[in-house]
Amino acid sequence: MDEFNNGISPVGIAHSIMDELAKTARVAVFATCMVDLAGHTVLEATEKVLEAMGVEVVLPDGQSCCGQPALNSGYPDPAVKLAKHWIKTFEPYDVVVSPAGSCVAMVHHHFPRILEGGWRERATRLSKRTFELTQFLVARQERLAFSLDETVTYHDSCHMKRFLGESSTPREVLSWVKGLQLVEMEGADVCCGFGGTFSVKFPEVSVEMGRLKLDLASRTQAGFIVSADPGCLMHLEGTARAQGIGLRTMHIAELLAKAMQRKSEHLHGDIRS
Amino acid sequence: MAKRSIGLQGRENIYLDRPIWASAHEEPEGAVLSDVVAQAVDRPNTRKVTDLLMAVEEARGGPAWPSPMDFLRERASVIRRETLEDLPGYVSQLADAARSNGMIVHFASTPGEARQVITDIAKERGVELVVKSKSMVTEEIGLTKHLESMGIESVETDLGEYIVQLADERPSHVMVPAIHRSREDIARVFSQLSGGSVRSDIPELVAFARQRLRADFARADMGISGVNFAAADRGTLVIVTNEGNGRMVTSRPRVHVAVMTMEKVIPRFSDLAVLLPLLFYAASRQRLTAYQTFINGPRRPGEQEGPEEVHLVILDNGRSDISKGSYKEVLACIRCGACQSACPVYRRVGGGQAYLSTYGGPIGAVLTPLLKERPGPSELSFLSTLCGACEEVCPVKIPLTSLLIGLRADYEASKGPYSASGLAWKAWGELWSRSYGYSLSTTAVRLVAPLMEKARQLGFPLPGAAGRWVQGRSLPRFTTRAQAKHGSTAPFDSAPPVLGNFTSDTQDDSSVSREEHIDES
Repeated sequence: MDEFNNGISPVGIAHSIMDELAKTARVAVFATCMVDLAGHTVLEATEKVLEAMGVEVVLPDGQSCCGQPALNSGYPDPAVKLAKHWIKTFEPYDVVVSPAGSCVAMVHHHFPRILEGGWRERATRLSKRTFELTQFLVARQERLAFSLDETVTYHDSCHMKRFLGESSTPREVLSWVKGLQLVEMEGADVCCGFGGTFSVKFPEVSVEMGRLKLDLASRTQAGFIVSADPGCLMHLEGTARAQGIGLRTMHIAELLAKAMQRKSEHLHGDIRS
Repeated sequence: MAKRSIGLQGRENIYLDRPIWASAHEEPEGAVLSDVVAQAVDRPNTRKVTDLLMAVEEARGGPAWPSPMDFLRERASVIRRETLEDLPGYVSQLADAARSNGMIVHFASTPGEARQVITDIAKERGVELVVKSKSMVTEEIGLTKHLESMGIESVETDLGEYIVQLADERPSHVMVPAIHRSREDIARVFSQLSGGSVRSDIPELVAFARQRLRADFARADMGISGVNFAAADRGTLVIVTNEGNGRMVTSRPRVHVAVMTMEKVIPRFSDLAVLLPLLFYAASRQRLTAYQTFINGPRRPGEQEGPEEVHLVILDNGRSDISKGSYKEVLACIRCGACQSACPVYRRVGGGQAYLSTYGGPIGAVLTPLLKERPGPSELSFLSTLCGACEEVCPVKIPLTSLLIGLRADYEASKGPYSASGLAWKAWGELWSRSYGYSLSTTAVRLVAPLMEKARQLGFPLPGAAGRWVQGRSLPRFTTRAQAKHGSTAPFDSAPPVLGNFTSDTQDDSSVSREEHIDES
């Protein structure tokens, strides 16, 4: 860091530009490694919602991971390698959309930090065309009819809120769903304790943080804790199951896909716990 | 027989219930960070710390920076960075100005030198009893323990510091040193100290401490304080407290020793107009603390009060080097403790003691590995989820997560180029930057995962990261998806399909099958 960093840099893209980009007929979806490994329903839901909006979905071949696990584990070199691979993979597309806030934050916040020269410029240019799913849905300004009788609470993923600077679009998207009640929990933006490799370096505190989050979420009487980040959800779901906590987790894309399936539906007993 | 502290009288009767790694006297070396963290989670008061700090944040309405505090924050960030651009210059300007105010200035490059300077002052002046106000730098140099080893009792006069001193603990928060202690704990400690019964009633606890400490203020030969800010242009030292003990420590005894780390310097006295209200706000949402003490030297001829001598000890301990490197922004810190209060990890381990260092929480995880002496665990930068809450509340905008990420890389690099984890991540980078490599390894995970789940059900311990994941968590359900879209419209035709269609049993009603996709498009 030769120059002083100003701390958190929010997304920094004018909404008018985002709105213009969101008119695209085709998007490349960045699935992310977490979704590839343990969240295929998230990907399918993402595709379903986008397609319902009349957007053609492409899953670029050769896509892999954004490199964040290596960067946060103290290995910037493999992270740079993955970042370059990511840029090469997604550069041919006008718009990139991902159902993982943290990975999009990696592209926006960390790619320009860890890359140099021409790569940094390419990363910066591409990041301006890279959206988190709910950002894209809001910018698209097209309202599908969603309907679902359910009470949910929303968990802000740290990287999406603080490094991507986004906490309003997921809430706006949830407000589109008829019959859905969003009850805010205390500390919606308090970390769930996942933290990538933190979760296995310090499992005791990671799990306790997860339990605290689930506890705060449970107090809202919501049936589901919804988030836009598969990492947080994997950790929260694993914690809830092992600790016998009744609250269930759901990715926001899954919720939307569910809410457009039938006119109105109750989720309990329908989704795998 | 040397003078003994009234405040500490009877402390041998206190039952020490802290774990050994929280002790102010035992070196935490040898303690394993991950073990200590695991123990800290289960300490009796840990959950109270978590709840307290969450409630405080909620009452404050979150970590926002309303106007005009946002303006002060911007300005302060510039002032602090301006200072760091020429730290040696401002420090030498400060030393000159302080000398012309009649202070005696000492430089110490290491904690050992600082201890030596201070004990020399004490010995030369026949000091038998010391009163201290709150100071993190004296913790950093292990001063109290050192003075005690020389037969000089040194009593902490900040209420929280007094409590942790009696309980033989390191402070757990830079602003609220006994945050991990309930008032019942404190009543118990005071009762054991006095041999009587002190009720867990806050006014009674405060009265008890006040009475004990007043006696020491009156009898002490030397007062040792920290410094919140030191104005280079005027040689003015500023100390802020809410208890007034700082004023007693710096005015009653005949000798006052102020100890500061070099980055406490600020260019101009007028910068206090920005930095003081910002510190109060960030630390405790106060507009003003109860006391702000401005020290411009010893008692002058004709004056009735004040010490005969004021010494200023300026400690480096690696900060000159830090100020030249890529972590220099850590020195912008004004020690408000906001990053500690906001950190969900710090909260969940019940405060800073589990960090096994003088400074806990995010600022400690950055600063500790950079200090030259008494640094603490070098892997401390990993004790963070990188959630960024610390950056959000930092009044001088230190990019703590970026610094932590950098320190993690330094830590891993220090293992050499052929460490097991280094080789593993290198291989990971090679595999995952190729589509077939990525496909192969994710497939392997999916094939192995069910075996692991099976093994777990049979009661076998899982190896490595998986074993640590299942401490309190279920394994994720590793799944695969239909490969519908791969290659269909992508510009790269040469790459093989990323994922095979291995399982279909995990698909539920909500998923969209490959056929449907194709039909729709």
